[in-house]
Amino acid sequence: MSVAHRVTGTGLYLGTVLIAAWLVAAASGPAAFDTAQWIAGSILGRLVLFLYSFSLMHHMVGGLRHFVWDMGKGYEPQTRMAMAKFTLVISAALTILIWVVVLATR
Amino acid sequence: MQSNSSMRTPLGRVRGLGSAKSGTGHFWLQRLTAVANLILTVIFVFIVVALVGKPYPAAIALLSHPLVAILMLLFILSACIHMRLGMQVIIEDYVHEEGMKILAVMANTFFAIAVGAASVYAVLKLSFGG
Ligand code: HEM
Repeated sequence: MSVAHRVTGTGLYLGTVLIAAWLVAAASGPAAFDTAQWIAGSILGRLVLFLYSFSLMHHMVGGLRHFVWDMGKGYEPQTRMAMAKFTLVISAALTILIWVVVLATR
Repeated sequence: MQSNSSMRTPLGRVRGLGSAKSGTGHFWLQRLTAVANLILTVIFVFIVVALVGKPYPAAIALLSHPLVAILMLLFILSACIHMRLGMQVIIEDYVHEEGMKILAVMANTFFAIAVGAASVYAVLKLSFGG
């Protein structure tokens, strides 16, 4: 079992409140939406969004590892270490890619 | 004929529910929604990135596009089912007192349904012009 998968899963769980709040703000009209966008664009907002995007990518790539385990493969210590490193590197790369695109198109 | 070497009662074997009372159905639905999430998350990230910096009318136009709205609804549905099951596993791992466990599992279900309902309401309201 992977603690990181559990921590990111819990973070994503709590973060769904923010996604719901943002969608409800969009449905409530321009004023509420602008407020939500302002919060999301603040320093704290961006920090939370950055952590959320990294958690999402890490949990997603880590989920692939669970699929390998579910097929009864990848339980050897070296394979586990390799998959853990793969998860970290790929999810970090995907997170950076997302933010490069966001900052470039903003 | 099956011998009596199993620790489980015949009824328990037939119902196949195990200690969590939901059996492999829970495990399977968690995996099913994990696969769905894998695809839908990639789509969700693309949608959110496309929305960055968009003024209100443009953002609403994108979110209310039928294809975008349907994919958002699928993501919300799959994520809420998945996270409810996942959190239930966490609760069952850490909360052992029976009363507390029932309360926590209930609160977890309420949370998932409330978040899901609010999100679905918002997407539908945007889609049907509100
Ligand atoms: C992006 C695609 C996703 C994939 C591929 C995925 C995959 C998985 C898998 C395979 C598990 C089971 C782990 C185990 O049996 O120990 C799991 C657990 C979990 N997931 Fe996801 N998931 C995804 C997205 C999400 C999202 C969006 C949320 C929350 C909104 C979430 C919340 C959880 C939680 C709370 C758990 C329980 C963690 C645990 O039992 O330790 N997941 N996920």
